[in-house]
Amino acid sequence: MSDPDVPPSALSGDVTLPAVLRDVEPVRSVRTPIRLEYSVTAGSAAEAYLRAYAEKRIVGHRSPVDGAVFIPPRGVDPRYGQETAEEVELAHTGHVGSFCVTHLPIPGRSDLVPPYVSAWIHLDGSAIGFLGLVAGCANEDVRIGMRVRAVWKPDGELGPTSESILHWEPTGEPDVPFERAGNRAWRAGGPDGRDGRQERGDA
Amino acid sequence: MSGERIAVLGVGQTKYRSTRGDVSIAGLVREAAYRALEDAQLGWGDIDAVVIGKAPDFFEGVMMPELYLADALGCVGKPMLRVHTAGSVGGSTALVAASLVQARIHRRVLTLGFEKQSESNATWALSLPQPFSVSANAGAGGYFSPIIRQYMTRSGAPDLIGCMVAFKDRQNALLNPYAHLHQHDLTFEKVVESPMLWDPIRYSETCPSSDGACAMVLGDEVAGDAATGPVAWVHGTAMRSEANNFPGRDEVNPLASRDCAADVFRQAGITDPRTQVDVVEVYVPFSWYEPMWLESLGFAEPDNGWRMVEDGSTSLDGGDLPVNASGGVLSSNPIGASGMIRFAEAAMQVRGMAGEHQVDGARTALGHAYGGGAQYFAMWVVGSEKP
Amino acid sequence: MRDVAVVATAQHQVAALTGTTEVQLMVPLLNAVRDAIGLTQADIGFTCSGSSDFLAGQAFSFVHTLDAVGSVPPISESHVEMDGAFALYEAWVKIQTGAADTALVYGYGKSSPGSLRDILALQLDPYHVAPLWPTADAVAALQARLLLESGVSGAGELAEIAVRSMRHAVGSPHAVRSSADVTVADVLAEAPVADPLRPSDIAAEADGGCAVVLAAGDLARGLCERPAWIRGIDHRIDAHGLGVRDLTRSPSAAAAAVRAGAGDDRLDFAELHGLYTSQEAILVRELDLDDDLLVNPSGGALAGNTTMAAGLMRIAEAAARISAGEGDRALAHATSGPCLQQNLVCVLEGE
Repeated sequence: MSDPDVPPSALSGDVTLPAVLRDVEPVRSVRTPIRLEYSVTAGSAAEAYLRAYAEKRIVGHRSPVDGAVFIPPRGVDPRYGQETAEEVELAHTGHVGSFCVTHLPIPGRSDLVPPYVSAWIHLDGSAIGFLGLVAGCANEDVRIGMRVRAVWKPDGELGPTSESILHWEPTGEPDVPFERAGNRAWRAGGPDGRDGRQERGDA
Repeated sequence: MSGERIAVLGVGQTKYRSTRGDVSIAGLVREAAYRALEDAQLGWGDIDAVVIGKAPDFFEGVMMPELYLADALGCVGKPMLRVHTAGSVGGSTALVAASLVQARIHRRVLTLGFEKQSESNATWALSLPQPFSVSANAGAGGYFSPIIRQYMTRSGAPDLIGCMVAFKDRQNALLNPYAHLHQHDLTFEKVVESPMLWDPIRYSETCPSSDGACAMVLGDEVAGDAATGPVAWVHGTAMRSEANNFPGRDEVNPLASRDCAADVFRQAGITDPRTQVDVVEVYVPFSWYEPMWLESLGFAEPDNGWRMVEDGSTSLDGGDLPVNASGGVLSSNPIGASGMIRFAEAAMQVRGMAGEHQVDGARTALGHAYGGGAQYFAMWVVGSEKP
Repeated sequence: MRDVAVVATAQHQVAALTGTTEVQLMVPLLNAVRDAIGLTQADIGFTCSGSSDFLAGQAFSFVHTLDAVGSVPPISESHVEMDGAFALYEAWVKIQTGAADTALVYGYGKSSPGSLRDILALQLDPYHVAPLWPTADAVAALQARLLLESGVSGAGELAEIAVRSMRHAVGSPHAVRSSADVTVADVLAEAPVADPLRPSDIAAEADGGCAVVLAAGDLARGLCERPAWIRGIDHRIDAHGLGVRDLTRSPSAAAAAVRAGAGDDRLDFAELHGLYTSQEAILVRELDLDDDLLVNPSGGALAGNTTMAAGLMRIAEAAARISAGEGDRALAHATSGPCLQQNLVCVLEGE
């Protein structure tokens, strides 16, 4: 194994600077600030999803393949590459699929004082989880499977953003068992294409 | 494997550091490329094509930097490809290069992965404001922490398994002169006591951010036979991807990972990985991913990978399956190169050229990389003998 | 070498996709090519795509677009930070290894969210040139001026190229700039944008995507009535530094054409990825195309340039025409980098 501190022989030769550069202070680095502006498109699926927040509603998309509900909707069932278009209104309750107690600040979120809990929120009727903050209890009391409900901003402060939900707080209901918590709880629905979790009567 | 046999003729790395302020991006990649050429005892003129990989262009603030690097990599007049498959890119890049030899399109290919995060600001690159998504996660640790928590819950693993992995890998790094972190004073207690960042992930259980490059020269059977030194032979290659979030997804043990492992081991004729593989270089950016991937790769039963950590099986010092003898991603992480380092280290082991972190008698090794939300996988099996 | 053919193509290109994400753009295109030949994603041996984070303004942007493909069960897949034409090359190589018999290839890009001309400046040498932040048009104008002042081309020739593109683009479903009655005098009367380049010399910016399916041998014959066989494909790169190159030449384009066997037989038409009329003029010479060859029957990239997909679109255009019986042998070209630095040539034939 070659010595990392010895340059490869092809690169170890002395560099002879032209005379004009010999007594000039070498340039060790240059700073070249970059600024680019983008106007990002939400797309029809995300736009309806965001606008619903301003009306204190949470909407997802139902897959035409087996009825699985996706949130946030992206206009596609990523399993099969099939377009989704059917909007479904979702409950404001669900459970914690898993979570992280974060001890670091998030750039641009000075309102969040570490440590705080970010979690996969699995809404009742949704087949996948999405990201949210959990508060309203001690961080140590957050659990996988804990039932939660949305805590909304006051009506006058709602807007077309998922941040219209301040955070998710415990409902006090019994936990969802670990083996049924999160994405892995999904089982393909029946021929009527309904959410398998609803069929089993839990959550 | 179908097609031409593939040999790893040479490996070259740069010393990994948080900042390689002494060289430009071009200087960095040339250092690794020259070392690989010297190791292979070849020159630029012997190289037919270059395949280069790196993670997001925002990390250096250069769009498609391979265009600018064509000159530095001796590529003028030759074919050049640029791969980007998130964190697995270093592995995928090596596999694209291997496919050029396997398909008999080229005789000898230079492949290289790099990252020079100090040129730009990685936090900026990863936190570009996205107007339509809530920012409730701080960095990659925030993403992987809930998955690790799921694993800990379902496996019943003791809380300190992750710390054991981190301490082992940092000890291994002391035997690898190229590793970024050389923490001579580190103790297990210090790992345990390091601050929680993304509970359950402690600071000492996370990977550093490094500048660096790793290169390999791959050749066909004739080139492999002609080499004067030992070469590594490729016995299997596989890539798999799956979507980031879908109903029924097992985030802890993704199907794409299991499928990829099954494919690569089938090609290599490996039916019992635990006994047939001598050493593995697995992509472990957060300590808990060692036991998680050991299960997914079939080295341990589901929910039992942590026992291999606990009983020392993955230790370089007496374990039957040393994992990340190089110190792994936990000790050096130039993102775009990290996957290729795993592949290259696997090759160095079966060539018997891993120096102080050599696993005695290693004949078969696995190189592994993953990326995205644990959804992109690249693997190869290399051996000291021809397949 | 295995015989590999393009068996299905789909594309969508408009001036600006304002209400559609990249994922929503690609879902119908990917389904269209699979449905056209009756394959599902599970039947596809390898998938490869090309796109750019800098275009999307987001790191790991291609990860989101994977949702459009469908990856349950997981797929053998790769991505290049290059035009989709290079993804097609990687897929062709994969089929050559014998590890796959079919491949799905796609490329996409949306220039409309940002300023493409400024973004492309970040492709230049990051220490010496990019900090000057020249627009892509300004860099291309250096090349065009050398071309004109060296006497290789005249302003009239460039204007004729612009006119030909706009006329061919009439009736082309994917062109975003076309005109049946524009004249050379009209083009020459335009005020330059980056002197000597006039608006009609510059490819019309577009948003879009393209999907292609490749298949090997008899499988291709069974999937498609008239496959477009890839008889040769090669790509090469030139030096990056603008000052070390003769910008009136593109040796990489010439070398790729020779290695792809472009000159081995008579061509019926060519689809070129020239981003400026000046680049097209250089390409016609470097690719050694006959004076009377039909160039860019679709209007070419000049009539609609989706960055990261325009090269793949050239291959798709050529393949579609061959499959439709509108030609037996065609050259498709893709480029990347400033001033035709990197070039790919694909020669397609019907049977």
